[in-house]
Amino acid sequence: MPDQEPYEPERAIAGTGMGGTMDLGASEAITLEQPPGPDGADPRDKPRSLWSDAWHDLRRNPVFIISALVILFLIVISLWPSLIASGSPLKCDLAKAQEGSQAGHPFGFNGQGCDVYTRTVYGARTSVAVGILATLGVAVLGSVLGGLAGFFGGGGDAILSRITDVFFAIPVVLGGLVLLSVITSNTIWPVIGFIVLLGWPQISRIARGSVITAKQNDYVQAARALGASNSRLLLRHIAPNAVAPVIVVATIALGTYISLEATLSFLGVGLKPPSVSWGIDISSAAPYVRNAPHALLWPSGALAITVLAFIMLGDAVRDALDPKLR
Amino acid sequence: MRGAEHAKWAACAAAVVLAATACGGGGGDGGSGGGSGGVLSSSWGDPQNPLEPANTNEVQGGKVLDMIFRGLKKYDPKTGEAKNMLAEKIDTSDSQNFTVTVKDGWTFSNGEKVTAQSFVDAWNYGASLKNNQRNAYFFAYIDGYDKVHPESGSQSADTLSGLKVTGPRTFTIKLNQKFSSFPDTLGYAAFAPLPKAFFDDHDAWLKKPVGNGPYQVDNYTRGSQMSLRKWDDYPGDDKAQNGGVDLKVYTDNNTAYTDLIAGNLDLVDDVPASQLKNVKNDLGDRYINTPAGIIQTLAFPFYDNDWNKSGSEKVRKGLSMAIDRKQITDTIFQNTRTPATDWTSPVLGEEGGYKPGLCGDACEYNAEEAKKLVKEGGGLPGGQVKITYNADTGSHKQWVDAVCNSINNALDNDRACAGNPVGTFADFRNQITDKKMSGPFRAGWQMDYPLIQNFLQPLYYTNASSNDGKWSNEEFDGLVDKANGQTDTAEAVKTFQQAEEVVRDNMAAIPLWYQNGSAGYSDRLSNVELNPFSVPVYNEIKVG
Amino acid sequence: MGRYVVRRLLQMIPVFIGATLLIFLMVNVMGDPIAGLCGDRECDPATAAQLRHEFGLDQPVWQQYATYMGNVFTGDFGTAFNGQPVTELMGTAFPVTIRLTIVAILFEIVVGIILGVVTGLRRGRPVDTGVLLLTLVVISVPTFVTGLLLQLLLGVKWGWIDPAVSSEAAFGELIVPGLVLASVSLAYVTRLTRTSIAENRRSDYVRTAIAKGLPRHRVITRHLLRNSLIPVVTFIGTDIGALMGGAIVTERIFNIHGVGYQLYQGILRQNTQTVVGFVTVLVLVFLVANLVVDLLYAVLDPRIRYA
Repeated sequence: MPDQEPYEPERAIAGTGMGGTMDLGASEAITLEQPPGPDGADPRDKPRSLWSDAWHDLRRNPVFIISALVILFLIVISLWPSLIASGSPLKCDLAKAQEGSQAGHPFGFNGQGCDVYTRTVYGARTSVAVGILATLGVAVLGSVLGGLAGFFGGGGDAILSRITDVFFAIPVVLGGLVLLSVITSNTIWPVIGFIVLLGWPQISRIARGSVITAKQNDYVQAARALGASNSRLLLRHIAPNAVAPVIVVATIALGTYISLEATLSFLGVGLKPPSVSWGIDISSAAPYVRNAPHALLWPSGALAITVLAFIMLGDAVRDALDPKLR
Repeated sequence: MRGAEHAKWAACAAAVVLAATACGGGGGDGGSGGGSGGVLSSSWGDPQNPLEPANTNEVQGGKVLDMIFRGLKKYDPKTGEAKNMLAEKIDTSDSQNFTVTVKDGWTFSNGEKVTAQSFVDAWNYGASLKNNQRNAYFFAYIDGYDKVHPESGSQSADTLSGLKVTGPRTFTIKLNQKFSSFPDTLGYAAFAPLPKAFFDDHDAWLKKPVGNGPYQVDNYTRGSQMSLRKWDDYPGDDKAQNGGVDLKVYTDNNTAYTDLIAGNLDLVDDVPASQLKNVKNDLGDRYINTPAGIIQTLAFPFYDNDWNKSGSEKVRKGLSMAIDRKQITDTIFQNTRTPATDWTSPVLGEEGGYKPGLCGDACEYNAEEAKKLVKEGGGLPGGQVKITYNADTGSHKQWVDAVCNSINNALDNDRACAGNPVGTFADFRNQITDKKMSGPFRAGWQMDYPLIQNFLQPLYYTNASSNDGKWSNEEFDGLVDKANGQTDTAEAVKTFQQAEEVVRDNMAAIPLWYQNGSAGYSDRLSNVELNPFSVPVYNEIKVG
Repeated sequence: MGRYVVRRLLQMIPVFIGATLLIFLMVNVMGDPIAGLCGDRECDPATAAQLRHEFGLDQPVWQQYATYMGNVFTGDFGTAFNGQPVTELMGTAFPVTIRLTIVAILFEIVVGIILGVVTGLRRGRPVDTGVLLLTLVVISVPTFVTGLLLQLLLGVKWGWIDPAVSSEAAFGELIVPGLVLASVSLAYVTRLTRTSIAENRRSDYVRTAIAKGLPRHRVITRHLLRNSLIPVVTFIGTDIGALMGGAIVTERIFNIHGVGYQLYQGILRQNTQTVVGFVTVLVLVFLVANLVVDLLYAVLDPRIRYA
């Protein structure tokens, strides 16, 4: 997320809470609890009913359908960009620099004489890959650490809470500038690693909160009384019920990570050529905006639409998973 | 704000006509200038090091020193020729022992007389290890330097034994080797005289430097602005033609340029490459583009076996021929650079050692030949070259990408070349000093003084301070030594050019282009020029 | 309450140490800053060693950190490479950034809350959908794109504002940069207010107030708004620290010489003292703001009691 750090102010004491910048309807997100039991009369349906209800809602939500279609399209062209773009994104002819739209080159050329259309199509792969992989990393690391801390509590939990505070206190863009400026690799992994490193506390805090809530449920207490092991409790009983808020926040965060990658590239510490990414293209086109605005507008537009699609998807999923809004 | 600004300017213009009062541009504290004309505002970058003459090694600090100091010599803003300024005469019979006579009648702006002692004290301060002066090595030719600035351990002397004050206005310099053009180096800022106040209350001096140039510092807010005002009693003949200069710090030269267009700034001396295309439109003839003593090259890591084996000079030559310099300077730089055909700079002039075409075919674009040479030389090491550069300053990304695209097109391989940005200049320099480069990297050279020696020796002499590629060649070293000992300038230049041919034959670095200085200015200014160091000649600028 | 504050203050200590240590290590990872001080040439080894000694860089990292923190507690934040004390840099940078933050927060409060109330009261209507979509777009477009475009349009094309902020950085000049900086948070405040209003509108006490026959504006301002704003106020409170530290991009685009600018310069020059000094203050601001917000929460909502 550009220019501001994401954070998740601690609201554990206050009981009800609100999300941080990453999570959109803020007050709705953290209060996500399991749907009240009587939703479906049969308690065996309980875990399923949340998801099936949500799915039922989502299928009829135009916002969800549109954003899912956009994302599907993005994933397809990320995997097979040559489906819709024939040239190579690295083929550039300086003689054509900054030229506008023309036959075979609908988006024109950028300052280096590369075809903007081809680069925009190929840029999707990097952005989507960074978004998805970083989100996966953040979600896995965050929910494992947060979940364990929430489940076991005690000293480990206290230490983890302080560590998350430490990470929240450091501005993200600043951390990126410092850490990524020494990286010489030109793959996408350093950027992903960086996002995971600074992003996990957000998920960890949410996972911790929802595990604590889930832990107090009667059926968990009952399972514990029956002698279920900790791992069984966590995996079979708590995780399925605690995962919803994580999914919601992660989907929305995905969009902001894509945007963050672009910001880092703008500051010169993000991805490096010959990687093709919207962030690189936006930052190199930005100074030329007066002479060749098209070279800035197309990748920016593609970036904005992608981020928008993921955020809207997250928004829709949240609405569907939040029983309070039913 | 904008409206108010304009109104103020109108009022200023009127006031200039009536009473010749100074007016601050863009909300400065106008009014303290007096004398001839108003105050102009100019873009500036925060100097990296404390503003001491022997501690300033970049253009932004150099700009200020150029305004507040005058040394023994001064480089002519037009020709670059070193002319006597404070020096009445500098005599030598053997190119090793010099006698300097300082002109009478010069003072610092605080009234103190400029004497031989002012110079000797300043140079001793600059050379002494304990003062941490970044430019200390400029004094390395003076006898006794190894005592005050040993390579390791602590210094055994505080003053240079080669400097002796022989009278109030005379001192002698003994060098540790013959160096015929040494007097011509004395126009460099590091050789400026310093007043007693510098040594007595150093902190106060740093807050508000005092010198002997046409301007004096009126107000200095570090990191944001410096106000310089005309020094009315300046004894030199290059008096300021304006009331003063407000230097304003900009983080980004694009922002400075937009501020100029919006009418909030009078002078930008670094027009960003991205704006060059519209500069004629924005400024009309208020834009200047003049050659400067700067050459951009690509250096190679000669400590890396891949680049230092037999045949690799063919690869380097092939890469050089794969770069379409003309197209890049036309398109990316809009002719503010000129394709390089030797390793010096046009500002030297042909008698100064500049020799167009010395590079020959090797600097001409020829895709076929390039492909052939690279193949003959054993191909690109690792199949791909990465051009390393620092991404935080200048418009390096644009040209590195363009160079790579040109190489890719010439070699018919999309992945033959890629730019490799390094986040910070400090890290870039670290990788160079730690010998971590694995392929060509950006090497720019801005001359310290307009001599061919300065374009060759610091860059290609074995273990020289800016020999970033660690290239070493006995023949070259021998020729440079020979040239330095030659008292006849024309002969020395010829020997230096022979040394340059050695550089060419080995393609020790690929010359890219000569850089021009470019500046844009507001319609309040006239007579704006850039000197060969690409710094505006502030004292000549007329306001109003 | 007292015990709660003490506990929170105690918790701040490890966080403070951890955050400063982390940033200290991060800046150290960047490597040796000395090489960058000598321009396009190699520092001569003697001067380099001397400089390293002067800035304490010749000592092990942990010792550098200990010395540094020791000095910080006596108010000495070290010296930047250009010889200027870091406290002096802070003295010029923080007032500017504080002004910028105030402008940004005002935008969040005024525009964000008004839009939130309007959409919350008209949930599902076209104006609601429109604003909601707009907030999503604002969130999706990276700040540097918004900033560059506004600068180009307002500053260069139409000439409504100065494209760059002068070194005085008066409030008037900071309006557009403040808006850019606030934009994303603004969108969040709008959405947060909207949700909160929509939820509370259905609550019993609002229904009672309406049933009593109170005028609509009174119901909204006295009953609905007051309760709905609790999460919003706390959000804005915690945003202060984020805005102050997060202005690197905005300050860069508009040439504002504030905290973000100093941090950026410090990082480019690998100046540990500057970067760590500024981050230390930012961490403190962040921690204190968080504590204040938590306490404020109790003040605003009497149902919450801290133990």
